[in-house]
Amino acid sequence: MYVMKNIIVFTILGFIFSSNLFSQSIAQDSTSIIGLSEVIVISKSNLKNQKQVKPLSSIDEYLEKSNNVTMIKRGNYAWEASINNMLSERLSITIDGMQIFGACTDKMDPTTSYVDVSNLSEVAITSGQQGAENGSTIGGGIDMKLQKSGFDKETFIVGVDLGYETNSNLRVASSEINFSNSKIFTNVDGIYRKSDNYFAGGDEEVLYSQFEKYNLSGVVGVKTGKNGALIGTVIYDKATNVGYPALPMDVSLAEALIASVNYVQDSISKTIQKWDTKLYYNTITHIMDDTKRPDVPIHMDMPGWSDTYGFYSKMYAQKTKHSLLFNLNGYYNRSLAEMTMYPNDPNENSMFMLTWPDVRTLYTGIYGEDRFSIGSNKELKFTARFGVQNATIGDEFGLNSLRIFYPDLEESKTRFTYNLASQYDMSIKNTKLLFSLGYGERAPSVSEGYGFFLYNSFDNYDYIGNPYLKNEKALEFNTTINQSFNKFKVGAEASYFYISDYIIGITDPDLDQMTIGADGVRVYSALDHANILNTSINASYKPFTSWTLTGMLSYNIGKDNKGNNLPLLSPFSYRAALYFKKNLFDAEVNLNGASKQINFSSYYGENETEAYAIVNLNASYKFYFGNQNLYLKAGIENVFDTYYSTYSDWNNIPRMGCNFFVNISSKIK
Amino acid sequence: MKLLKYLLPILLVATIISCTKDDDDVFLPVNEVEDLTLIQEISNDTHTVEMYSISGNLSQGYNDITIRLKDKTTGDFVEDATFMWNPMMHMTQMMHSCPKSDLVKVSGMETIYNGYIVFQMAENADEGWDLTFDYTIDGEDFTAVGDISVPATDRKVVSVFMGTDDVRYIITYVEPQSPEVMVNDVTFGLYKMENMMSFPVVEDFKIMLDPRMPSMGNHTSPNNEDLVYNAASNMYDGKLSLTMTGYWKLNLMLENQDGEILKGEEVTEDNESSSLYLEIEF
Repeated sequence: MYVMKNIIVFTILGFIFSSNLFSQSIAQDSTSIIGLSEVIVISKSNLKNQKQVKPLSSIDEYLEKSNNVTMIKRGNYAWEASINNMLSERLSITIDGMQIFGACTDKMDPTTSYVDVSNLSEVAITSGQQGAENGSTIGGGIDMKLQKSGFDKETFIVGVDLGYETNSNLRVASSEINFSNSKIFTNVDGIYRKSDNYFAGGDEEVLYSQFEKYNLSGVVGVKTGKNGALIGTVIYDKATNVGYPALPMDVSLAEALIASVNYVQDSISKTIQKWDTKLYYNTITHIMDDTKRPDVPIHMDMPGWSDTYGFYSKMYAQKTKHSLLFNLNGYYNRSLAEMTMYPNDPNENSMFMLTWPDVRTLYTGIYGEDRFSIGSNKELKFTARFGVQNATIGDEFGLNSLRIFYPDLEESKTRFTYNLASQYDMSIKNTKLLFSLGYGERAPSVSEGYGFFLYNSFDNYDYIGNPYLKNEKALEFNTTINQSFNKFKVGAEASYFYISDYIIGITDPDLDQMTIGADGVRVYSALDHANILNTSINASYKPFTSWTLTGMLSYNIGKDNKGNNLPLLSPFSYRAALYFKKNLFDAEVNLNGASKQINFSSYYGENETEAYAIVNLNASYKFYFGNQNLYLKAGIENVFDTYYSTYSDWNNIPRMGCNFFVNISSKIK
Repeated sequence: MKLLKYLLPILLVATIISCTKDDDDVFLPVNEVEDLTLIQEISNDTHTVEMYSISGNLSQGYNDITIRLKDKTTGDFVEDATFMWNPMMHMTQMMHSCPKSDLVKVSGMETIYNGYIVFQMAENADEGWDLTFDYTIDGEDFTAVGDISVPATDRKVVSVFMGTDDVRYIITYVEPQSPEVMVNDVTFGLYKMENMMSFPVVEDFKIMLDPRMPSMGNHTSPNNEDLVYNAASNMYDGKLSLTMTGYWKLNLMLENQDGEILKGEEVTEDNESSSLYLEIEF
């Protein structure tokens, strides 16, 4: 009761307090960038590291803060991450090294939607081939690391987090109990979020943008010897009543069970520092629902299932100057999705099709990494991944369906993928330079290979998979330069991808769309090549110890082999932030914006998106009371209630207007 | 080895016994209609005609019929009869027959005869079908007549129409009887009405096929093949792609040897259906 009372008191205090201070607030970058990797710290256990903009942000909001990630939005929930302007098919997205594949044919459930901030300690974002550690990739990798206390002196921590946001009436409650001693640790946490529809700038309600979800997770670690530990994790995530305003359907259920057991052995020998082996399993059920929409031409059920069984075994070694990492991993995934349409005439039979024909993917791969120093402040890194991937259509109904398009289709196909990269970095005095060169391949995704009449509301076409697609291949070149002066740091980054056999849908005029109102049918095909260039510059200036000013500009361009624009490419965009931190108080004001999107792809359903700029404010303060501490953060997003949408908003749905938020975190040791 | 000494004679005896039994079986009547269901029996004083089909019913459209002729006195099935059959519709004003095949002994079988009848119309309260079997056994002629029940189908599986050449045609759906989501081998029958009693097969025309789903935006499917005449079966064969289960309208156009369209129109945005069509639902 005492705690609750305090929380309430400080909520009220916090509002008054923080709103008074907004005028002086400021900012700092929440992420650390090393070479082509970026780590976003999420863990709330480390309250000294007050880098979170909003501790109870969704994982999506955290990712959006990253300089290298943009989020594609189909609503207010389950955004899809994009790195280097490439979406999930071209990325390797894992949870603690575990492969998880969404069960929705319309990408309404990216891997990132099945975890929450309560589970995670940090998210490692890697660009291009640096992201191939856990799987083959073209654009990069995101590995979400689960929070584990580790074996420590005896501690018992209870944490409670509460959040409220005005715009969508979002309520968040989270709690965690962490216990550890030198032999055992447990982390148990849960989080619950419920949101109503949000309002775009100008008080325009965005219908079907509500959601409700909860996530529970438990981790147990037991020490098995001097240097060994057995760790088990279970995550259960369930979202219900999720609206997707940009899509013609919503989701009544998205449910995941993610479980793993891993054995870690440290200091095995002088050479082998760590050996980490994990077995894992996850199962996802995703049920789309259109019963809440008033005007659908035809009602349909679209459930999907994705089950994955996998393992990895990672070995970290050190030999003379070489830091080595080997990762042998494999998984078996089953993806099945179906569609049943109910004719308006109730006497007619329902119409049934398999949209994913029970595709069974078996992947086995090995990754190796060698990092070594070549003289003072110069380092080389080589990485390589080789994978064998077999895809088999497990359902005869599905096989026969696809044979309508591909009469000679074999039910099974094996592919080999290769990923190679080298990186050179050096620092001379205050200058840091990095070059990297990479080559990567990826197999087509289940939808790209085997999708059957998947409706894409972005370009308004039905998509048909193509089992004969070649692997997509990318040659990439990256360079970054960072220069620091006394109080001033400046950096520039460029990455260029030459992607051959670029997989994208091409209209087949001979095919007739199935979806009522669609414009036609596109078959996944390979363009001869496509180019993507991403450039950015960033700077930070620290005029006084408490003040930091940061800024970033980025420009991206992507063209296909005929010089047409690729879809979902960011226009010129910028961010600036002013950050103030003194003792236990910090505050930030930031500005995000983009120019008009001129290089849009009308072929893929894009139109010109207007320029925008929005301002956000937030401030936080930490209170200590003996063994308790209380962290209070409040802020305003989109201060001027600007009505805007960005290039990454599916069908131009507007983003959230002005939003007040308050988060309170309390910890008792 | 000892065990074998005892086992061997037992095995031998068992083998002999079972062989003997097998020999006896040869004389038992073979049930050649095991997979079929009896529709009905039509009898005269001497014989019973047993009519079978997969469903056990007759219905409007194409009916594959297997029969067996039983001698009423001996109970044996007649193996060497020659059949003629004649279905007849008794309408209030007139009578007419319908397209049919010959009724012939099924090759390799002892007791069964097979053929098909295309009932182009269903019975109603005042009008109905009967079926006459005229058969000859060892030079002796017999006749058996019986009323048969031919109810209407829910979906249109047969169409009677006048071509632009002023000939009345009958087109009927034959196969697949159990369509699937796949590229199906599709078979239709095409007949012309020479007179009330004669419906010969029309040869060497072409039936253009455009399957559509009216309940789902009237979309079509890819890789269908128009039906062409198969001289071996006297029917029309083509390919029918069905991308999902449900109700499909098979829009047709009939083209003669000169490439003239005798009936049917192309389906376009403005014309959602051909005037010549058949329907399936699964």
